[in-house]
Amino acid sequence: MSILSDIKDSRELVRNLTMREVKGKYKRTVLGQLWSLANPLAAMLVYSFVFRFVIRVQPDAGDPSGLDVFALWLMCGLLPWSFFTNVVNGGMIALVGNENLIKKVYFPRSALVISSALAWLYSWSIEMVVLVAAILLFGGHPLIWIVPTILLMVLLAMFSTGVSMMLSVANVYFRDTQHLVSILFQVWFYANPIVYPASMVARESEKLGPIIGDITVLDLYRLNPFYYFIEAFRNLLYDNRMPDATTIGVVLILSLLVLALGWRVFGRNQARLAEAL
Amino acid sequence: MAGDSAVSVNGVSKKFRVYHERNQTLKSAVMRRKRSVYEDFWALRDVALEIPQGSTFALVGDNGSGKSTLLKCIAKILVPDGGTISTRGRMAAMLEVGSGFHPELSGRDNVYLNGSILGMHRAEIDRKFDQIVAFSGVEEFIDQPVKNYSSGMYVRLGFSVAIHTEPEILVVDEILAVGDSGFQDKCAEKFADFRREGRTVVVVSHSMPQLRGMADQAAWLEHGRLRDVGEARLVLEKYSDSTRGGVRVDAEGRVRWGSGEALVERVELLDASGRPMDGTVKTGDKVVMRLHFNAKERLDHPHFGFAMESVDGTYLWGNNTKDLGFRIDHLDGRGAVDLVVSRLPLQPGGYIIHGSIVDTSTLHVYDYVRDSARLSVTRGTPFESGGYLIMDGRWSWPQGGAAGEEDAL
Repeated sequence: MSILSDIKDSRELVRNLTMREVKGKYKRTVLGQLWSLANPLAAMLVYSFVFRFVIRVQPDAGDPSGLDVFALWLMCGLLPWSFFTNVVNGGMIALVGNENLIKKVYFPRSALVISSALAWLYSWSIEMVVLVAAILLFGGHPLIWIVPTILLMVLLAMFSTGVSMMLSVANVYFRDTQHLVSILFQVWFYANPIVYPASMVARESEKLGPIIGDITVLDLYRLNPFYYFIEAFRNLLYDNRMPDATTIGVVLILSLLVLALGWRVFGRNQARLAEAL
Repeated sequence: MAGDSAVSVNGVSKKFRVYHERNQTLKSAVMRRKRSVYEDFWALRDVALEIPQGSTFALVGDNGSGKSTLLKCIAKILVPDGGTISTRGRMAAMLEVGSGFHPELSGRDNVYLNGSILGMHRAEIDRKFDQIVAFSGVEEFIDQPVKNYSSGMYVRLGFSVAIHTEPEILVVDEILAVGDSGFQDKCAEKFADFRREGRTVVVVSHSMPQLRGMADQAAWLEHGRLRDVGEARLVLEKYSDSTRGGVRVDAEGRVRWGSGEALVERVELLDASGRPMDGTVKTGDKVVMRLHFNAKERLDHPHFGFAMESVDGTYLWGNNTKDLGFRIDHLDGRGAVDLVVSRLPLQPGGYIIHGSIVDTSTLHVYDYVRDSARLSVTRGTPFESGGYLIMDGRWSWPQGGAAGEEDAL
């Protein structure tokens, strides 16, 4: 694959572009990198207040960890989701925003999308470290699950980069894409078990019974690929156990498939980006 | 690929879509149910040439001839629709210097960033870093964010990074004129080094004198096709000739060229009262230049122009109706047009006036007559010390008075 050899040749470039993103993002701010924690922290406060305190959402306690802290439970789903949306949005901005560079210099264009994803991976990793520390503080045992968590993070990064590659190319041809995607993300956010547990959907689905043939609402709900990522992160960090085989299988296959697809779409189109922009 | 070619261009074609209605929004794509309304425009058609290793190769042609497109194809920024381009050796393209600089990052970080965009490795940049900075002359500011740089510093640093990639093939577009003259000398020296070291340079420029000085091979493109390729001296000469198609000497001994649909019959100089003068005029007087033309067919929206040289051949002035916004609907048959100079700002001396008629684009010349009138200027008012121009400069003390004289007044 041509992109693969491109990437090998341009490791240096990807690294420098990533540094540019990371260093440039919080330049001239007093708090610097701390800002990357401010966003999730604010979201945590708002969602905890609305969904735990007002609406009284009650997720099950971590099993076997016994953790029962809504904010931690929330962040196990929210942080991966924010990372995903940031990577996709960042990828779209990376191509359109570097129009001048693309038109004037030859270099593997995929480096822009990949380095944007890596920059977000960097700040997400910091967030995850803080989360793990908080879970430890509240008596969870996430440390033995660190390695699978890191592997899962890599898979999500692959999945996100794959989606980002497809959408960033689409956005070059149709600038509507980024606006469409931001609406899609709003809807998708609530289709995920982030601010409420999937068990609530299961309960309602049970009450309703099958809706078409023997398909239940829960079956439809589980068509959402991101559902499995959230389940897996919660299992590892909040419950402190291995996710079940289905979840692992879906996450693994999905990540590889989406990345391969994104790679292919991008590879076919990257040579023509200078004209299309 | 031929044995000693650095770049080999084989039957390359490139088309662009000229959009009449482009769908950049999904709505328009859906509403019209097709992608866009466009026409194909062939920017390059079956271009084949070999760029020998170690040569400095110039691409020339009028605007829109496809030379920049070819350059971008060679630099791999654009992909040809037909044919292939093979290159041998590491290539760096300088189509715009400093692209990719991040304004908030320091000069140092940007050198590394830009270097890696151009394909350098970290160790290589480490090794050349001091040279790069010294060449650009921004040593003192290297740890400052580049957004604080002046535009000159920005360009110099960008250029310096690009030229230190030391590629085997360097692709350059119209950017040789960066920085002050001191920096330009350094650049010229660097290019000379390149040639000595046997590196290949592919260059697009509009400056014929510059190309004559540096190129040894050249290709001339016209409407996307290769018109001529070979030794630079010959190709550049043929190209320069073509830009003033059919230079000839007319019955009155004047040098003129152009396609001849309309002719400049004569240029008349009139004085302030509108009477023809013998060509002698005083500094500061009003002068009217009247161009008598004869259009042999109807010509829509043409333009007139005057240019002036001193008798020693220095180009002093140009003025055409397009730039001055004087609209001409059409010409047909004989007529005249006036250009009024209300106060002639010239030193005493002899001046030569050229007159021309060109088409709407000003690229096609109908008729250009050198030395169509002569102006002999004698001493008038104001009076100044020397040179070509009367700028009406006045001496004074700065405000506040640096010397006692001012107070005395």
